[in-house]
Amino acid sequence: MKIEFQINGATRVIDSPPMRRLLDVLREDLRLTGTKEGCGEGECGACSVIINGEVINSCLVPVCQTTGAIITTVEGLAKDARLDPLQQAFLEAGGAQCGICTPGMLIAARALLDLTAQPTRDEIKEAIAGNLCRCTGYVKIIDAIERASLIRTR
Amino acid sequence: MMHTPKVYSPRSLDEAYEILSRRAMKVIAGGTDLMVLINARQLDAEEFLDIWRVDELRGIADEGDSIRIGALATYTEMIRSPLVQEFAPALVAASRTVGAIQIQNRGTLGGNIVNASPAGDSLPVLAAYDAELEIGSLRGLRLMSFNQFYTAYRRTVLESDELVVAVRVPKLKADERDFFCKVGTRRAQAISKTVMAVKAKTENEILEWIRVGVGSVAPTVVRAYKTESLLAGRAITSDLIEQARQSISLEVNPITDLRSTEHYRRRVTGNVLARFLRGIIDSDGAGT
Repeated sequence: MKIEFQINGATRVIDSPPMRRLLDVLREDLRLTGTKEGCGEGECGACSVIINGEVINSCLVPVCQTTGAIITTVEGLAKDARLDPLQQAFLEAGGAQCGICTPGMLIAARALLDLTAQPTRDEIKEAIAGNLCRCTGYVKIIDAIERASLIRTR
Repeated sequence: MMHTPKVYSPRSLDEAYEILSRRAMKVIAGGTDLMVLINARQLDAEEFLDIWRVDELRGIADEGDSIRIGALATYTEMIRSPLVQEFAPALVAASRTVGAIQIQNRGTLGGNIVNASPAGDSLPVLAAYDAELEIGSLRGLRLMSFNQFYTAYRRTVLESDELVVAVRVPKLKADERDFFCKVGTRRAQAISKTVMAVKAKTENEILEWIRVGVGSVAPTVVRAYKTESLLAGRAITSDLIEQARQSISLEVNPITDLRSTEHYRRRVTGNVLARFLRGIIDSDGAGT
């Protein structure tokens, strides 16, 4: 099945069996391996991507449901060789340890900040409640998201 | 590698009915339950009906005494809907406990109903609200009480050519109150050990009527009819609260599984109902 969608600003057409996971199309067909697979059952959030403005688990989306969708993966966060404020803040606050959860955390945080520019710490915690960090480095992740929300974007 | 299933992706309800009338097949909406099974190779269907782009199944509308929620309404849409916030607050509370944001953005009310898990978070609310289901097929539309929808564990009255189209939820009136409480291991991502929703009409400390829906304590979501009758028309006292706590603990029929034990579930279900009842006297007492 031919499917056309927009990914990180570019229109792409892929040819895939319809029930294949968006996650696999991203990683295998489009070589966007920033999106990780953790649990494969919607518990861990490592495969989070933004579809039409909303964060979802790409392991739970059959690719046939993405026709015409606008998708952002972690590769789409940096613009013109400039890091997204979230990426910068994760670096500065030590928001990444082993790194497996980091792309999903960044994406979940991006979806939050797009809706709520200055979230409270509780709102940050709720926004990443579906993203598990196996290193348990949550405090620095929350610090990083808070720091990014305070950076004024032009 | 599994074989490649065929997927039908209709854009209209009539088209969807037509496909289902020819052949029974698994229906996929937001996929948050089905994709887990597929990924785990526990569901190996040859054909799917993908209803995700049937726009007639979307939307939340004001219908006078009730609100009509399209089967494809996501938890996030219900959480953000001013109509649901005002007239079915327990449904907002339940939606906020489903998985985490990634699941709330994709999972649908219709999917929660048809998936028929006894632990579906929205289901006790629909039971307590005495919601009605619109069920459609090429043969027409029928309405049925949500409380008659389940027949056994994971079994429903839905025929193979039918779809749940929408849910009609009676609006909460000014003299009614509702309540939702989910008990799980943690707030996000946990499946409930017990989950309860209540709708009741009270006047001062008299309970005119009460409807209690409970999940994860029986093969299907259940109403606690015996305990409801015990409470109807009575003044709420500490003694009555104790009777209700006992009554519902015995009325539910939980099992011991990896999430909890039968004993815990009976006990905590009683405690949750007691918390609701206690809240009525505490709030009324403070107000007068």
